[in-house]
Amino acid sequence: MKKLPLNLTIGLILTFMFVFMAALSFVWTPYDVTALDIGSKFLAPNFQHLFGTDHFGRDVFSMVMVGARNAIAVSLVAVGIGMAIGVPLGLWSAATRMNGYGLMDEALMRGNDLIFAFPSLLMAIMITAVFGPGAINAIIAIGIFNIPVFARMTRGAALGLWSREYIMAARVSGKSMMRISYEHILPNILNILIVQATIQFSIAIIAEAALSYVGLGTQPPMPSLGRMLNEAQTMIFFAPWLGFVPGGAIVTMVIGLNLLGDGLRDLLDPKLRIRAAQTRKGEDNNVTT
Amino acid sequence: MSLLDIQNLNLSIHDKQILYNVNLQVEPGQVVAVVGESGSGKSMTASAVMQLMPDAAAIEGNIWLDNDDLTVKTENEMCVIRANDIGMIFQEPMTALNPVQTIGAQVIEAVRITHKDLNKSQAIEKAEIVLHRVGLPQERFPLATYPHKLSGGQRQRVVIAIALCQNPKLLIADEPTTALDVTTQAKILKLLKKLVAQDNMGLLLISHDLGVVGEVADHIVIMRNGRVIEQGSRHSFFNNMKEEYSKELVAASQQELKVQKETQEEEIILEVRNLNKEYKLTRKGFFSKGEILQAVNDVSFSIKRGENLGLVGESGCGKSTLTRCILGVDDFESGEILINGEVFNGQKELRKNINVVFQDPYGSFNPRHTVERLVSEPFYLLDKKPTAKESKDQVIEMLMLVGLSKTDIDKYPHEFSGGQRQRIAIARALITNPSVILLDEATSALDVLIRGQILELLEELSKKLGISYLFISHDLATVKNITDRIMVMKDGIIVEQGHTADIYKNPTHPYTKTLLEASPDITRVIENL
Amino acid sequence: MIHFVLKRLASLVLTLLVATGVIFIMIEVVPGDPAAYMMGLSNNAEAADALRSQMGLDAPAWDRYKSWVSGMIAGDFGISYTYRIPVSELVGDRMMVSVPLTIYALILSTIIAIPVGVIAASKRGSIVDTGLMGFAQIGVAIPNFWFAILLVLLFSTSLQWFSAGGFPGWDAGIVECLKALTLPAISLALPQAAILSRVMRTSMLDVMNEDYIRTARAKGLTKRQALIRHGLRNAMIPVLTILGLQFSFLLAGGIIIESIFSLPGLGRLVFQSIAQRDLIVVKSIVTLLVFAVVMITFIVDMAYAVVDPRLREGNSK
Repeated sequence: MKKLPLNLTIGLILTFMFVFMAALSFVWTPYDVTALDIGSKFLAPNFQHLFGTDHFGRDVFSMVMVGARNAIAVSLVAVGIGMAIGVPLGLWSAATRMNGYGLMDEALMRGNDLIFAFPSLLMAIMITAVFGPGAINAIIAIGIFNIPVFARMTRGAALGLWSREYIMAARVSGKSMMRISYEHILPNILNILIVQATIQFSIAIIAEAALSYVGLGTQPPMPSLGRMLNEAQTMIFFAPWLGFVPGGAIVTMVIGLNLLGDGLRDLLDPKLRIRAAQTRKGEDNNVTT
Repeated sequence: MSLLDIQNLNLSIHDKQILYNVNLQVEPGQVVAVVGESGSGKSMTASAVMQLMPDAAAIEGNIWLDNDDLTVKTENEMCVIRANDIGMIFQEPMTALNPVQTIGAQVIEAVRITHKDLNKSQAIEKAEIVLHRVGLPQERFPLATYPHKLSGGQRQRVVIAIALCQNPKLLIADEPTTALDVTTQAKILKLLKKLVAQDNMGLLLISHDLGVVGEVADHIVIMRNGRVIEQGSRHSFFNNMKEEYSKELVAASQQELKVQKETQEEEIILEVRNLNKEYKLTRKGFFSKGEILQAVNDVSFSIKRGENLGLVGESGCGKSTLTRCILGVDDFESGEILINGEVFNGQKELRKNINVVFQDPYGSFNPRHTVERLVSEPFYLLDKKPTAKESKDQVIEMLMLVGLSKTDIDKYPHEFSGGQRQRIAIARALITNPSVILLDEATSALDVLIRGQILELLEELSKKLGISYLFISHDLATVKNITDRIMVMKDGIIVEQGHTADIYKNPTHPYTKTLLEASPDITRVIENL
Repeated sequence: MIHFVLKRLASLVLTLLVATGVIFIMIEVVPGDPAAYMMGLSNNAEAADALRSQMGLDAPAWDRYKSWVSGMIAGDFGISYTYRIPVSELVGDRMMVSVPLTIYALILSTIIAIPVGVIAASKRGSIVDTGLMGFAQIGVAIPNFWFAILLVLLFSTSLQWFSAGGFPGWDAGIVECLKALTLPAISLALPQAAILSRVMRTSMLDVMNEDYIRTARAKGLTKRQALIRHGLRNAMIPVLTILGLQFSFLLAGGIIIESIFSLPGLGRLVFQSIAQRDLIVVKSIVTLLVFAVVMITFIVDMAYAVVDPRLREGNSK
């Protein structure tokens, strides 16, 4: 067994830590996050309250646990939606292009461009404003913008593979486009997709935080990291932990995921970077922001 | 003392030794060919002379250029030497030029690095002269041309011009023609030979193919596993080879004409009738009509059972398109393909009678599948799929047949060498017991000794199984000793077809003659010593 | 080249048409009746109907879509339900804040990211590289609104170098305005700069392995000269794509940042308009932003063609 790359190790530890805390919050939190205790409001971090208490006397550590759980849940489902729709679309798009139905591919890709043309955060705000704020609509809003990311990436990588000789061999063996796509293409682009998924996951966490910051994400009394930051804004001068703890939680969680993504990329396929560059030099531009 | 004198050169990267005690010399006006298989250290030797090795490379020994030891130079001193004394030409002309700069800018830049006293217009003039010398006259190839407008051969000429305009004493060419067509290869080699003579440069020519460099080299160096095995002047090398390896190399490069089969079966197993395939090119203007490229133009031929047919043509001649049509993966405009007398339009029952082996032993297999799964893939074509046990037994049988072992069945493709992978590919092609196999440049990517072994295997299988081959190749020489008949293809048209011996002895079409002359032939070299 | 431009223009127009359709449909399904909103508490059904027909809300959807789009082409975006002034005027004023903010942030992000990426790539594996990329890693992870809060805490509250928010208006002089925009621009730019520097580094590393860099070295150029003369322009090609996308991120990111810094920009207007169901303003702003994004994509495509001669003949495939 080779030694794991450092970034992967740190990424795994951070991600595992947050996932563990989030999972734990289903069954146990140090304090009840909905119980108000005005008597112990604005307590600075101490041994009873590791991260202090807020203006209603709620335990910040417990709130971060539940908030992280919500952020992870929203992001997980949103990225899941993006992959579940985007990956088959990308595979399909590439398969049709390679088989002379370029128009289909063109239409799919223009549709993608169309979604890209909408500033994602603004549209997420619009969607949640139109359909009402809440976790479900936040998931949909973030999920929609993950579709074109995965569709493009899948298509680009798949196009690169379609010209390989082993795909030709499979075609000579009479296999259908669909069969080739899931038997030969998908397993060989899974690496890239996993790496991209961790990156999209971290972006989704920031997006979820932004939506709940403006009051359009998870609704009270459920705690959310974004709203905690919003509420802390006016109190940060005399209770700085209220601003630093949730913000720090977001940053560490995102750094953990990004390191995990980078580490996986290094581990799974050292040539990935080069392959991505080749895709880029072709007609497709995969964007990973 | 020689122009270039490499003495006792040892080179290692991360404690792995790449070069062992390499000694070689180049005199002014002399062409020294370094020949070896992949991994022989020939390219690393060239990099060492340029001092453009990987960062981790550790070097011992001396590299003298005009009594100046390059191994002790600082990077800045080496920049001056590269600019003034050494020029270099690389294998991949398609990527060797900066795509966003004109060829003029790239040549002029090289001129001005070396000739600092020249003003701008003098530099332009010099660039024009040099481009003209390498066969790119201003009338057709102005300085403002971008690289993507040029063919591979033309781009290689630009790279030569970049090296040449610096008036180097030593020119290093690392596989300069490997990526080019045979006729282009002959022209580029001729150009290099001429330039070396005119300017009295030394040329260090690196190649994997003795046949290619045999005609132009004055001195031949054979390398293997990081060591110089044998070297000598062309004359003495070919006349008194001592090392077994050198002899094998020469023997493998010599192609004898195939002995004609005595009895010919009459049953036609593959027939192509008046096949036409068009491609629409990108439209030039918004309203103009797209041009149409006739990739395959009215092609007809047939293969009898047990017969080996060669299809020879240079890149872009349409042979790959034709192959794809026959394999049923591309549509075509008109014509018919008959397999065993039945019209073939993609039906599975006919597909199993035809299979293919590709050029690239690395890209031919899904890296995530085991050999068993790879070889059994064509079973998908059968109506009645074999059981897991039967499938496994048949895969093992095929592996044994192509000279691999039973235990290879659970391995993954990366565990095999290039030659072994080609054997796996042949096993895959054989598994449905087809009557014809297409070999699409199936031996081009292999080292010359391995190539010989694969050809032997194919010959043997053909005799044993009564199978026919369609050999698709860019080079007439490679199909000489295995085909019964040959077709020559150019611009989508079969310009000549006939028995192999007739084509070699009395080619009628001028293009066939050009191809034959350009085709590297070591027998001719030895005869003309 | 003309073919290339025409093709891109056609796709630009098509995207805009479909986008306006999508926006229109989305706004159509918004719950809440703007006419009722404007009537306020006086819940007079007849007056509301009259107002609705005066605003053209009772016409069929297709007609309303047509008149909306044709109006926009003529520069008429309609009248804001709540402000009762032409939307074009309202939006025009707000753009005077949002557009400079976006450009300011984009410039900051670029001038930080490109040198950082180039330096990190050329010193690959060194402490400098690890350090810079470590910072980038943190930069990517910081939500810009939180960063904005921290900036306010440090520079306005503690150091008192900048005001915590507000905008003096362009009449107050360019220096004052830039000063007011500096903290918002920094908080917008930093995460983007982090992303961009990572892309720049990767792109440079890819280019360093290209054959033409070796050709340039063989000419006698030093490593540095070869990278700058031959590498940079090629490495910019993927960076351009990211730059184009960032414009849209920055525009949208501005929505929240403007709220934090109380800047009278498009972002604040959008929030107010959504809350007050002033849909015509929402529609117009979203359309404008989509238009901006599409235009930027077009410009990036054109920039590609300038950087890369292979694209000029339209054989982008």
